[in-house]
Amino acid sequence: MNLLKVVGPVMVGPSSSHTLGALKIARFAYKLTGGIPEEVTFVLHEAFSKTYKGHGTDRALLAGILGLRQDDPNIKNAYEIAKENNLKYKFLVDDLGDVHPNTVRIKVLKDGQSHEIEGSSIGGGDIKITYIDSVLCELSWDYDTLVIVNKDAPSALKSILDVIKVNVANLYLRRINLLQEKALTIIELDEPVENIEEIKKSPYVYECYFIRRDY
Amino acid sequence: MYLWKDVIEMSKSLPLHQVILNLEMFETGEDPDDLRNKLSNMLKVILEEAEKQYGKTQKTLTGFTGDNAYKLKNYKTKFISEFNHIAMVTALSIAESNASMGRIVACPTAGSSGVIPGIFYALYKTESPDFNTLLDLFIVAGGVGKVIADRATISGAAGGCQAEIGTAAAMGAGALTYYFSKDAEKVGNAAALVLKSIMGLICDPVGGFVEVPCVKRNGNLVNIAISSAEMALSGIKSLIPFDEVVDAMRRVGNLLPQSLKETGEGGIAITPTAKTLISNLRFLV
Repeated sequence: MNLLKVVGPVMVGPSSSHTLGALKIARFAYKLTGGIPEEVTFVLHEAFSKTYKGHGTDRALLAGILGLRQDDPNIKNAYEIAKENNLKYKFLVDDLGDVHPNTVRIKVLKDGQSHEIEGSSIGGGDIKITYIDSVLCELSWDYDTLVIVNKDAPSALKSILDVIKVNVANLYLRRINLLQEKALTIIELDEPVENIEEIKKSPYVYECYFIRRDY
Repeated sequence: MYLWKDVIEMSKSLPLHQVILNLEMFETGEDPDDLRNKLSNMLKVILEEAEKQYGKTQKTLTGFTGDNAYKLKNYKTKFISEFNHIAMVTALSIAESNASMGRIVACPTAGSSGVIPGIFYALYKTESPDFNTLLDLFIVAGGVGKVIADRATISGAAGGCQAEIGTAAAMGAGALTYYFSKDAEKVGNAAALVLKSIMGLICDPVGGFVEVPCVKRNGNLVNIAISSAEMALSGIKSLIPFDEVVDAMRRVGNLLPQSLKETGEGGIAITPTAKTLISNLRFLV
């Protein structure tokens, strides 16, 4: 374990898996949404659902979807901030299947566009994003991440990768709609991309989201 | 991953805190000066929050705690020194701030985040060392914690409370010992003395929440850090070296049943009073 992780990080209490990890999953969703959504639904699984209020998991999730950073003292005031931003929120409890006990599914809606992600808080504040818009994945968010909805056609991936100048660490690709010829590509990068606009201009790219990791 | 006995060897030709930064560079490639800067930001937060929360009452998530730091701050101690008093009040203050979603440094974890602020703030108030000296101590504390994290665990769910507040106290004892001795061997003795005194300490939070007994345990264990440092500084040695004590702690942690590792299903968490406290919580339906 590296030294910074032994003596840190800076966060708000009371628990790294129940506040820090939860906040990071929701903050990932916030970045994917490209701002504070109009509506959000948090579906909490098992352990998360049993004790979430006593651990402040609800406020951490709200704070994350509002874009607050992990060390922001305002996390405890997340309900008030949600109200100020007219954010419609809902907390539901459901069985999400055979997943890590501390798992949450987040559905967001903004400007008519919806996203759905699922993530687990796996201990010590570490997270695993396991699902983005119907694509299974395994992201730690230790990397800058690109989420691209692209044309399901020959050479689509090649043309996207040609534009990316930095090293690709991990890559996930899956067809999401055969009739609409759409696929979803998730790319984890060693360094931030500087030419995001160029990627967006590609005729193969329908949507492109760049989710920078927190430093 | 390194052994403390190698650290002792290397510290014969280089200050201990520098040895720890260099070893980190070999492992992660991180430049020692950059790392020192990042650690300095964390230590600043620790001291700022200690100053801000000192002896305050807090509205915690469950309400099980929140006024302990305040009570102890306004009480005239009968037995212990001013140093211990400040350390205890700070540890309670930060642990209660943690339980009310305040900003903390998870050093080494959120549940044990009171101990290191207790030790460092008490030192800062009573000895007035400059910030860079405190930062050297913070690095040494980190080195002690890293040996435990790498060879055993610092997670209560994996190893019980010995791994969390126990590790925090070992780190604190190491830092204090380094301040007065600059001696890596004595630092190892201090850390070993702490771990041997709390070995087997279970993690039994009432309702699973980080409040009972965590808050008061932070307040109490700063004293074990301080007394272990005093022993090490007096020349008392741990017959069992720090590295071997850490190995023993790992084995003990593995042997602990799951009910005594953060599940809230053993220890004081299943006493009749704990059950009543939990059933009275309004938000649990």
